[in-house]
This record gives sequence, C-alpha cells and structure tokens, in this order.
Amino acid sequence: MRHTISVLVENKFGVLSRVSGLFSGRGYNIESLSVGETIDPQISVMTIVTTGDDSVIEQITKQLNKLIDVIKVTDMTELDHVEREMVLIKVSPRQQDKAEVLNLTEIFRGRIVDSSQKTYTIEITGDEKKIEAFVELMRPMGIKEFVRTGKVAITREGVKK
Amino acid sequence: MKISGSEILIECLKKEGVKYIFGYPGGVVLNIFDSLYDNKDVRLILTRHEQGAVHAADGYARSSGKVGVALVTSGPGATNTVTGIATASMDSIPLVVFSGQVPTMLIGNDAFQEADIVGITRPCTKYNYLVKDVNDLARIVKEAFYIASSGRPGPVLIDLPKDVTVGKADFVWPELDIRSYKPTYEGNKWMITQGAHLIAKSKKPVIIAGGGVILSGAAKELKEFAEHTDIPVTMTLMGLGGFPGSHKLSLGMLGMHGTYYANKAVQDADLLIAVGMRFDDRVTGKVDAFAPNAKIIHIDIDPTSIKKNVRVDVPVVGDVKKVLAVMNKVLKEEVKEQWGEVRKAWLKQIDAWRAERPQTYTHSNEVIKPQFVVEKIYELTKGDAIITTEVGQNQMWTAQFYKFDKPRTLLTSGGLGTMGYGFPAAIGAQFAHPEKLVIDIAGDGSIQMNIQELATAVINKLPVKVAILNNGYLGMVRQWQELFFDERYSHTKLDESVPDFVKIAEAYGAVGLRATKPSEVEPVLKEAFRIKKTVFMDFVVDWKEKVYPMVPAGAAIDHMLFEQAEKKAEKKLKAVK
Ligand SMILES: Cc1cc2nc3c(=O)[nH]c(=O)nc-3n(C[C@H](O)[C@H](O)[C@H](O)COP(=O)(O)OP(=O)(O)OC[C@H]3O[C@@H](n4cnc5c(N)ncnc54)[C@H](O)[C@@H]3O)c2cc1C
Ligand SMILES: Cc1ncc(C[n+]2csc(CCOP(=O)(O)OP(=O)(O)O)c2C)c(N)n1
Ligand SMILES: [Mg+2]
Repeated sequence: MRHTISVLVENKFGVLSRVSGLFSGRGYNIESLSVGETIDPQISVMTIVTTGDDSVIEQITKQLNKLIDVIKVTDMTELDHVEREMVLIKVSPRQQDKAEVLNLTEIFRGRIVDSSQKTYTIEITGDEKKIEAFVELMRPMGIKEFVRTGKVAITREGVKK
Repeated sequence: MKISGSEILIECLKKEGVKYIFGYPGGVVLNIFDSLYDNKDVRLILTRHEQGAVHAADGYARSSGKVGVALVTSGPGATNTVTGIATASMDSIPLVVFSGQVPTMLIGNDAFQEADIVGITRPCTKYNYLVKDVNDLARIVKEAFYIASSGRPGPVLIDLPKDVTVGKADFVWPELDIRSYKPTYEGNKWMITQGAHLIAKSKKPVIIAGGGVILSGAAKELKEFAEHTDIPVTMTLMGLGGFPGSHKLSLGMLGMHGTYYANKAVQDADLLIAVGMRFDDRVTGKVDAFAPNAKIIHIDIDPTSIKKNVRVDVPVVGDVKKVLAVMNKVLKEEVKEQWGEVRKAWLKQIDAWRAERPQTYTHSNEVIKPQFVVEKIYELTKGDAIITTEVGQNQMWTAQFYKFDKPRTLLTSGGLGTMGYGFPAAIGAQFAHPEKLVIDIAGDGSIQMNIQELATAVINKLPVKVAILNNGYLGMVRQWQELFFDERYSHTKLDESVPDFVKIAEAYGAVGLRATKPSEVEPVLKEAFRIKKTVFMDFVVDWKEKVYPMVPAGAAIDHMLFEQAEKKAEKKLKAVK
C-alpha cells in the first residue's frame, strides 16, 4: 500500500542523504520526496511517499525514527490529513485545441503562468486524483514538459460542533 | 584563553577519560600528533595499518565496555578504517573514529588525499560529523561519545579538516542537548507483565540471549531470570558469555553451527524469550520454518530490531538490564510460580537431545584436531582469559568448544565476519586488561590479513598469544566447496604458500612455537602462556576437519548435517567400491 510519511528533521547538511540513503540502502522505494523549511528555520519537513506492506512501512518508520537527526515521524496515511502537489505542464496545443486548454485550466482552477506563440505553461495544484485527471485531459493536447513537486501533507484539525 | 583545535580535541578526550587512542599519522593530522607528542594523559598507540587501529580500538571497547578511539589521516588513512568501522557497526560496538580532512576551503576540489569519508561511512556509522568550525569541536566530540555509547551503541566518525584543528577557540565543555535523539531504556511495564504471564503459562520455553545482554551488562539479571524460571538458555555467537556456558541451563550456541540440542529446543519451543538479539539469518535459518509453534517475547533497545525478521507477540523496547530487573520482580511478586513439574519434563526432553547428539568431535592420536586445541586452551585457562577469533572454522570451533562463562571474554566479528579482526582486537583488549591472558584463536588465512600488527604487539611488549589453527586452507570456504560445490576447491588451498609463522614471529621479535602432533599441543600452550611476550603458536591441524553440526544456508535450523552421518556415507561408499 502507498503511504505518505511526514518527517521532521534537523535542518543540517547531510540530512537529506541520510534519509535517501536509508531508503536506497535497504531497498525501499521512494515515489516522491519533498523537503522544505518549517516555520522554525532549524527544522525541515520531508514528505515522503512510499509503498510497501505493513511490515515494510513499520520498518521504514522505525528506521527513520532511528536516524539521529530525525525529530518526528508521522505516517499521514493513518490520520485525517490534506495532501497537495503542484505540477507545471508545458503544452503545445494545435490552434483548434487552444480554447479547450484554457477552458480545462479554468475548470481545474489552474493558472497559465507562461505562454508563447506555441505553448502554454500551466500550474495546477491539488491532490493526486485531480492532477492525474488533468494530466490525462492534457495528454491529447501535446504535453511537451511536465514537472511535479512531489506531495506535501498536513494533518487536519478537528472542528468542534 | 584561546587554544588550538587539536588542543581542544585532547582536552575533550581527557574529559571523556580516554587513555589510549589507536592511530596512524599523516599530513593533515600532523598538528594533532604534535599536540599528542608530550601529552601524559592520552597515549597514542601506533598500529601498522589503520584497519588494525580501528579493530584495536574495537577490541579495547568490547573487552572493557568503554568507547574505543582511533585517529587517522585523510584520504587513504580514512578509507583504510572503513572495514573496521563496518565491523563495529554490525556488532553495535561504541567507537569514536577521528579522521583528518583537507582544509575546508579545499573540500570538494579533489585535493591531495581528499576522500569524502563522511559520505563513505554514512551507512556504516551510527552517526558522523564533518566539523566546519573549531567553535563546534568540543560539542561535537561530546555528542559523539554520547551517541556512540548510549542506546544501541555504534561507531561515530568525526572528520576534522586541517584548518579546524589549527584554528583557535576557547575550550568550553558544553551541556549535552540532542533533541532528536532520546533512546528508550525503560521497558513498558504492561508489556513486561504480559510477557511474565506468557512465561508462567509456557511449557517449553527457551531464552535466546544475544549481544545486547553483554552490551547492556545484564549477565546477572539474565542468570537470575533463567534460574528463577528454570528456563534453558541458548546464545547467539554475540551472546556467548552473557550466560555461563558451563551452567546446567546452558544449551550453547544456536543457529547454523549451533548445538543439536539448542536448535531442537528452539524448534520445539512454545515460547521464545529473545533478549538483546536480532534474529540474524545465521540464527533463524529458513525464517518461515523457524520455531513454528512458539510465541515470541522480544526485548531489544532498538525498535528496528523487533519484528524485522520474525513475528513477535510481546515486543518490549528497552534496555535488557532494566527490563529483566522489572521482569524478575514481576515474576517473583505478581506472577505465581506455575512451572515446577512442567518444566522438569521439558528439561528432561532437552537432556535427551543432549545425550542423543552431544557437541563433540572424533579424537585422534596422529593428527591435531583443531577442536582439541580449543578444548585444551579452555582447559588450561579454565575459562579465565579474553579470547578473540578470526573468521571461519577457527571462529566456529572456538564458539563450540570453549565455554565462555563471563561476558566480554569473547571478542569476535559476528555481523560482518571480518577476517583479520582477531589479532588487532586482541592487542586492544590487552591494553584494556594488561594483567589478563589474551588469546587470538586464528586461521592461517585470516592471520595474514593483519599480521603486520606483530610490530605493534612486540614494541608495546604485549603478551598477546595467537593460536593459529593452521589447516593450509581457507577452511570455512573449503568446507562449503566440499559440501555444496562437488569438492571443487577453487582458490581456497593455501598450503605451500602459507608462510612459516614461527619465522615470521621471530622476524618481528616475537616468539614462535609449533606443534605438529597432538602430544605437543599442551606443552606448546603451556610454554606460550608462561612466556611474558608476544607468541605465535602454529598448530598444524587436520585440514579435513569440518565444522559440525551445520545447517545448510536456507534450511530450517533443525535440518542439520552431522559428522557421524558423513562418516557413515564414507563407509558406505568404500563398501560399494
Ligand atoms: C562464519 C560465521 C558463522 C556464524 N554462525 C553463527 C551461528 O551459527 N549462530 C549464531 O548465533 N551466529 C552466527 N554468526 C554470527 C551472526 O552473523 C550474527 O553476528 C549474530 O548471530 C548476531 O548476534 P545477535 O543477534 O546477538 O545480535 P548483535 O549483533 O549482537 O546485536 C545485538 C542486539 O541487541 C540489541 N541491544 C544492544 N544493546 C542493548 C541493550 N542495552 N538492551 C537491549 N538490547 C540491546 C541491539 O539493538 C541488537 O538488536 C556467524 C558469523 C560468522 C562470521
Ligand atoms: C575480509 C574477508 N574476506 C573474505 C571472507 C570470506 N571468508 C570467510 S571464512 C574464510 C576463510 C578463512 O580462512 P582461515 O582464516 O584460514 O580460517 P579457517 O576457516 O581455515 O579456520 C573466508 C575467505 C571474510 N570473511 N572476510
Ligand atoms: Mg585455514
């Protein structure tokens, strides 16, 4: 099964390679990994998407916890959480498809962030399903380039009723 | 007052109570060596190879429980430590290894003797550091000693760029504060109580004691636990000495070369209590067929050891010593003894297995059996010695035929299986225990991997003894070729290329002795133990001898090969011919 794991780490050099080395050294796969500072500049958060059966995921979380620079590991999959990913897609549609591209971008609440005579670059943010749906719709339009950030995730707070 | 980085380093080592550093000099550590030159508190022991330095620090650590320390130069000096560091890492041994590094502004430039040792050792250290500012040095050294020796111990490397050790700063010994590293020592009481109830109910329990018992210093608690509950104890290679080998509840080692009765007991058990061991594949054999009827209680300080290889019913994360102390209390005060008679039947069954296939070998009056040498060493030392081993058959025969009664008396490379470990480790152990008899039980192949350390032993007047079980082969590999590769002995015969170990010893200024007949074994050993010098003993042993019992790789651990079976097959073959 696929899991989204959020890892709080000390913001030091070498931490990324300790984490990625853990995965490569033990044969776990990383589907995506994103890193950024938290509100405390001394702490970074890594969001890792990985797959494995329950025992593999259990080992991954334990192994991550064991790393000296890791402060906290949260398996988001077990919690109520929000996930987002951003992609930038460069398409070069035929003349007759241009309107459709703009239309779809609108529907998906995307934005055109760059355009040229032949291409549009579109920014789309959303969860995985939304992004996949958009990519599928763009495919026939002629995708030239495609970059995704990898997922970031945050837990939801309960709302008092 | 500001002092140089290398002076700060030495102040730190003093604070940590370090007496010996094992090391080797070179360009970028010249100034550290200079600071050590007239220092009275910290002594540098010059080995003859950096691998030897790290193994010596490791032997010092294993035999004493303290942190072992090594210091080497950059580039080749640093890369030469990798095998030593990996050896310590696999066996959870606390080391701090200092490597010199090119000046910070040259790092990444392919500078002379530059190696990215922090990158190289990342997977085989518990943690490592590149010091970028002399003002961080004291804090980093303090953290390194703490990380190396706390929780599940392990090696820590500190890379020291030249400008950092030359640069000046105030020496401040800081308070420790690593928010992201907090080992768990206290076991969960509820889990321990669950375990105690399982123990009380079990009919066929077995304790498996591992290296964690020794690392934790829990031999006393383990003995109390086993005796109170009347549960037999088997040990991993790393656990030997954690429970007295001569105790009536001891089953000796389990696993690939374990005793018949230990493996039988584990396979038949209804409860395994695993203390400070990590279910290595040499222990479990085929995992799916391992202890099929047993519930498992697993006590380990490292959560990643638990449920890594085998299913666990009662996991207890914590320090063995602390957990067993609580367990013993719970068993005595809260859980009523329910075992009594039931346990007697189980112990009787185990005795039957013991009688069926005892741990023995076929004696000979013509050739020296390697097992005989080990037995004699045990007999003459009465177990009161520190034994190191090399890797291979020599190591397994030591594990099988020497009864380790006390912790920290067997120093052996279990996890990595590093040939060349035993001799430098013995040197390190001798520094920690100048009054003790320290013996490396070696193979003719392995001893040649760090034989240069003879110089270290001799110059420091160390009475280290090396007993070479000289079979003229890379014996353990030859054994596999014989059993599983149709006796095709590809590159395992050393024979005439084996040097004259007596002459080698003499060339270095040590004493060399040789035995070629069984009757010479005891006199040679006695003579060696009498001489207060470094001694090499060359025991020319029966090259055909194999380590039995043996579980072929990938088989269940009760699917064992025995010597008797082999003898029978040979007879049959002869009869047919
Ligand atoms: C040629 C060869 C043959 C071998 N054959 C065998 C064999 O037949 N049988 C055998 O047993 N081994 C054999 N070995 C050794 C084997 O490879 C492993 O090294 C060994 O089994 C591991 O022992 P262990 O499980 O006790 O773990 P160790 O490597 O000693 O690990 C210690 C465990 O204890 C934990 N621990 C550490 N400190 C504490 C503490 N304070 N409190 C609680 N837990 C703690 C650690 O987290 C770890 O899980 C062989 C090796 C070689 C080279
Ligand atoms: C550094 C290293 N290289 C290779 C091996 C593989 N290996 C394991 S045992 C062994 C043979 C050891 O020969 P020897 O030291 O003579 O011991 P014996 O088995 O004959 O007692 C070898 C080559 C190893 N364990 N370590
Ligand atoms: Mg040999």
